[in-house]
Amino acid sequence: MEYDPASESAPDISGRGRSRGFSALRYKFENLFKSRDLYLGLFGIIAFVGTWHLLTGVLTLPRFEKLPNPVAVLTEFTSRHPVFGTSIYAPQYYLHILWSVWRIIEAFFLATLLGVPIGLFMGWKKVFKDYTFPILEMLRPIPVLAWVPLAILMWPGREAPIIFLAFLASFFATILNTLLGVESIDESYFRAARCLGSRPRHIFFRVVIPGALPFIFTGLQIGMGVAWFSLVAAEMLSGEYGLGYLVWDSYVLIQYPVIIIAMVTMGVTGFLFSLLIRMVGNALMRWTVREAT
Amino acid sequence: MADEGGIQEPRETNRVWHKGLLNNQEKVAIETANEGSGKMIVDSLGKTYGSGPFRQYILRDCSFVLEEQKLTILIGPSGCGKSTLINILAGYEEADSGTATLDGAPVGEPNKDRLVVFQETALFPWMTTLGNVTYGPRVQRNRPKDEIETEALGLLEKVGLEEFRDKYPIQLSGGMQRRAELVRAMINNPRVMLLDEPFRGLDAMTRELMQEHYVRLFEERRQTTLFVTSEIDEAIFLADTLLIMTNGPGRIKKSIPIDMPWPRTPDMLTSMEYLRYKEEALDLLHEEALKAFAADNKIAADFLEAYEATKTESVSASR
Repeated sequence: MEYDPASESAPDISGRGRSRGFSALRYKFENLFKSRDLYLGLFGIIAFVGTWHLLTGVLTLPRFEKLPNPVAVLTEFTSRHPVFGTSIYAPQYYLHILWSVWRIIEAFFLATLLGVPIGLFMGWKKVFKDYTFPILEMLRPIPVLAWVPLAILMWPGREAPIIFLAFLASFFATILNTLLGVESIDESYFRAARCLGSRPRHIFFRVVIPGALPFIFTGLQIGMGVAWFSLVAAEMLSGEYGLGYLVWDSYVLIQYPVIIIAMVTMGVTGFLFSLLIRMVGNALMRWTVREAT
Repeated sequence: MADEGGIQEPRETNRVWHKGLLNNQEKVAIETANEGSGKMIVDSLGKTYGSGPFRQYILRDCSFVLEEQKLTILIGPSGCGKSTLINILAGYEEADSGTATLDGAPVGEPNKDRLVVFQETALFPWMTTLGNVTYGPRVQRNRPKDEIETEALGLLEKVGLEEFRDKYPIQLSGGMQRRAELVRAMINNPRVMLLDEPFRGLDAMTRELMQEHYVRLFEERRQTTLFVTSEIDEAIFLADTLLIMTNGPGRIKKSIPIDMPWPRTPDMLTSMEYLRYKEEALDLLHEEALKAFAADNKIAADFLEAYEATKTESVSASR
């Protein structure tokens, strides 16, 4: 009756640590170039830019003649002496990015710092949810742009209203997803925790928080997306710097290629932030991954 | 006379276990070890769901005793209220009538005196195997940390999981998860262990292996245990006492002491006394299944069919 490990099949996951992790990464990287997806994706981008060039640069169709064509945009973007003052060599360009990024960081951290605990608490204590959920559901559908006048009236200066607007959208998304996260935790974990002798604080820190983590990170990603959205809107209305301001300013000053540069920059920056959140999430939630790498 | 062997055996085991403790561990550990043997008396428990014309009796006049350091197995037809009974004893539900007492005190809120292992895996997915196993002692804070870890590793080794201490539940097989969960409950030295079909859903081979693991674990501590199952072979193989439950409303139809020596080994499954016990249990279950079938219970039809097959098999084996 001795235990024989061979008699029960087990996934081969005996940890051979770091070196395996590295070779797995290299394998993934090499496979990326073998897969069709990469080339199809590249082809899609090329086709998109090609069509854009065709419409604006070659055919110049009626409603497209005013739009900047990709060649003009790229020339401006890479020029050492840009006509409209915005290129990778212009310090001004980075200043705009930094302003937007700084505002996003402030708004996003505020939303996370307030939204996650509120959401956790709503999911954990029914009474608290009963008080707060109706207000939340009433405020949440109001478009952020409708808050602009109140934001300006409520907050002093130029920065505070902008950050408030970016914060607001992110805040609601974070609360709601955190709440859903707590409610998604299977009842059996609470039962197990209780009979193993947990006090309420143990249940909160060792069951509620880790159990809600996957949803919280989904919420943070959505929150980051909507924060960008409302930030740009707010910067267009008031602001001296920032990518949203840059878009609107270039429109007013008829510097059309700069609009495209600012738009692409927003896309790339937003993507990088999303990636960062995903990486932090994956590092915190290794327990959701079947294979140890 | 027949009972004597059954009682002496566990006492012997217990003494050895205490001696081992004195050599290795602190005073605190002895106290906690003593907790691992309570006596539970369940007296005419009743439970209904619904009200008015929809009132349905799940349990009615359900009485039995869980003797100290004995493994009591509860077997009964599907839907006879076994899970409800466990929930009441654990404190997740309240009974409508009757009492359940543990060492004289009525059971209340769920706590570590009455530990439950449920059908479905409830290992915390966000903790490693070791993290899960040490969870109870860590939150109860009645023992030093390194002592907890030593004990946990010892138990994990017993069930062949020491290599998997740092793996997360998702990286373990179904059988491994069940073993980890048994150990997680056992390490707390509860006064009563309540196991609700812990090996359900495992394939037949894994199940057999689990039973052997379980016998070893149980022998290690001899904690008072109520083990619910719907597998007759599993029931007799593990039982000190076999309780047969009636078809809803659930009640204990008969309590059969199983007088086979410990440790149980698979070759006992073919012994004459084993077959006698099995036949007796099957006959009682058969009666219940007939009643259930008369009450239009479809699950009972499967049992009746299976019963006919086993019956002929066991009769030919006993010849």
